[in-house]
Amino acid sequence: MMSGEATVPGDAAVPVTAPGEATEAPPRPASGLALMASELTVLYRRRRTWAMLAALAAIPILIAIAVRLRPTAAGSGRGPQFLNQITDNGLFVAVTALLVSIPLFLPLTIGVVAGDTISGEASHGTLKYLLVAPAGRVRLLVVKYVGTAVFCVTATLTVVIAGAIIGAVLFPIGPVTLLSGDTIAVGDSLVRLLLIAGFVTVSLLGLSAIGLFISTLTDVPVGAMAATIVLSIASQVLDTLPQLDWLHPWLFSHYWFGFADLLRQPISWTSFGDNALLQAGYFAVFGALAYGRFITKDVLS
Amino acid sequence: MTATRPSAELAIETLGLTKRFGAHAAVDGIDLAVPRGAIFGFLGPNGSGKTTTIRMMLGLASATSGDIRMLGRDMPRDLHQVLPRIGALVEGPAFYPFLSGAANLHRLDTADRFAPASTRRARVNVALERVGLTHAAGKKVRAYSLGMKQRLGIANALLTPRELLVLDEPTNGLDPQGTREVRRLVRSLAEEGTTVFVSSHLLAEVEQMCTHAAVMSAGSLVAQGTLEDLRHVGEARVSVRTPDAVIARGLLANLGLALDFSGPEAQSPDPEADEVVSASLVDRGMAPEAIVAALVTGGVRVRGFTMEDASLEDRFVALTGEGFDIAQ
Repeated sequence: MMSGEATVPGDAAVPVTAPGEATEAPPRPASGLALMASELTVLYRRRRTWAMLAALAAIPILIAIAVRLRPTAAGSGRGPQFLNQITDNGLFVAVTALLVSIPLFLPLTIGVVAGDTISGEASHGTLKYLLVAPAGRVRLLVVKYVGTAVFCVTATLTVVIAGAIIGAVLFPIGPVTLLSGDTIAVGDSLVRLLLIAGFVTVSLLGLSAIGLFISTLTDVPVGAMAATIVLSIASQVLDTLPQLDWLHPWLFSHYWFGFADLLRQPISWTSFGDNALLQAGYFAVFGALAYGRFITKDVLS
Repeated sequence: MTATRPSAELAIETLGLTKRFGAHAAVDGIDLAVPRGAIFGFLGPNGSGKTTTIRMMLGLASATSGDIRMLGRDMPRDLHQVLPRIGALVEGPAFYPFLSGAANLHRLDTADRFAPASTRRARVNVALERVGLTHAAGKKVRAYSLGMKQRLGIANALLTPRELLVLDEPTNGLDPQGTREVRRLVRSLAEEGTTVFVSSHLLAEVEQMCTHAAVMSAGSLVAQGTLEDLRHVGEARVSVRTPDAVIARGLLANLGLALDFSGPEAQSPDPEADEVVSASLVDRGMAPEAIVAALVTGGVRVRGFTMEDASLEDRFVALTGEGFDIAQ
């Protein structure tokens, strides 16, 4: 996607060869990574970003404390999957917290970040100054999408790491019994945790592309955020209706809970691959829509 | 198609530039010609299409029809080559409220791939100093006053050496002292060879700062040229103070001047009382002394005579309409 930028007509990367212009034309442009670094700096300097990450970290902490206070209730068989395993092995706090976060909390934070990408700049009025600088519309879209993707990684890892730490503090840590019945060592199970975090991150990339597209449609960030979040919920609701089972494999939320395969020995990569392919499809479609919309958009804010 | 053309001595050139929003033409076929090195005032009431024109010049909005050439190159085709050489303030300053002034400039500078990273910090400091914001560099923009934001916006336009500055209403929100500072800054930039394109709805500002001006009204360009040219386009006014008003009126009319009909038609009761007869000079070739000579020869006791050019303000009002009566 980064290299796709050079195909834009009139892009600065095209070398200027006309002899009379050697002095007039600016020198070779920088790589453009500075804007990427700046985007991440701005994202992680916002108090809002840290508030969302803190809220995500609070989920495993609340679960762990609740189980610690009433361990017998966890064994009742009710509540999310893996909840009853927490008392035996603290690492399951991370898995349980991810399961709890996937339907709402993670899409919520991704919706805020993705929905804010372009519309947030528009509402601040900084979009026009970025474009006049000139950031380049394609480069800005790429930078914004990568920024959102980095946030997806951060958000998922926040839940997993906070879960692993609080689990280790409050419960014993030991070898993990997988769904296939095999037992793996602690080090191995930490790798599995990271794989699950990777799976969940990939799951959110389609939603990020949708949010980016919606963000190019409006100058009101709250609207773009809300629309993105609503779509993530609508997709999950549709996925529960048996009458629409033909549609289910095409819904971006279809594989969101599909990481159980990563808890088997040997690991089955089928669901990981299916999920990645589906998310890549959403990225391609909504990335193209965002490009089509943003490249011709009149910036009047 | 070559990028550089003979018209390269123009910093900005538009040909039939038009922008329609539905049926309404916000900008209607304007031909701007901004010479290099000029301080060019882009004058017009609010809503006359100035900002829309600026947005098209900077590639933020697309033109419905017409051509734009900035610094000798086609816009928006050569946008990536042209824009790094242009500093801009478009419809008010805009910043991230949760970042400091310096961090904001830093952020916007990274968007320009031709701005060297090694000098970024130094350039930000120089730009802040130039607009007198060094003391507030570390303060969050949320806490800035409107005037401070306006200065920060100008600092952003000055982050790298520019050949052209496009400043949309740069003195909005500034107090008289700040306005004076902006004026001084614009002049010093022009002395360094930067072409400055300033939009304003305030005639006085353009009159004090600019060498050239163009006047917009309801999306059309109604006048353009050097400030001197614009002053002389209008009619000069002649006024004669004399007790012999009736004779004077007759003589002036014979000379081809257009009389104001505000004065009394009949001789006033007191034959010695002065009256002022005024008329506008249609034929600009006529010398004032020739008019006085004709009056004196005709037996008019001339006790006072003045001839003055229409003020730029009269011209501006004539071109754009009075007060709130803005043409739509």
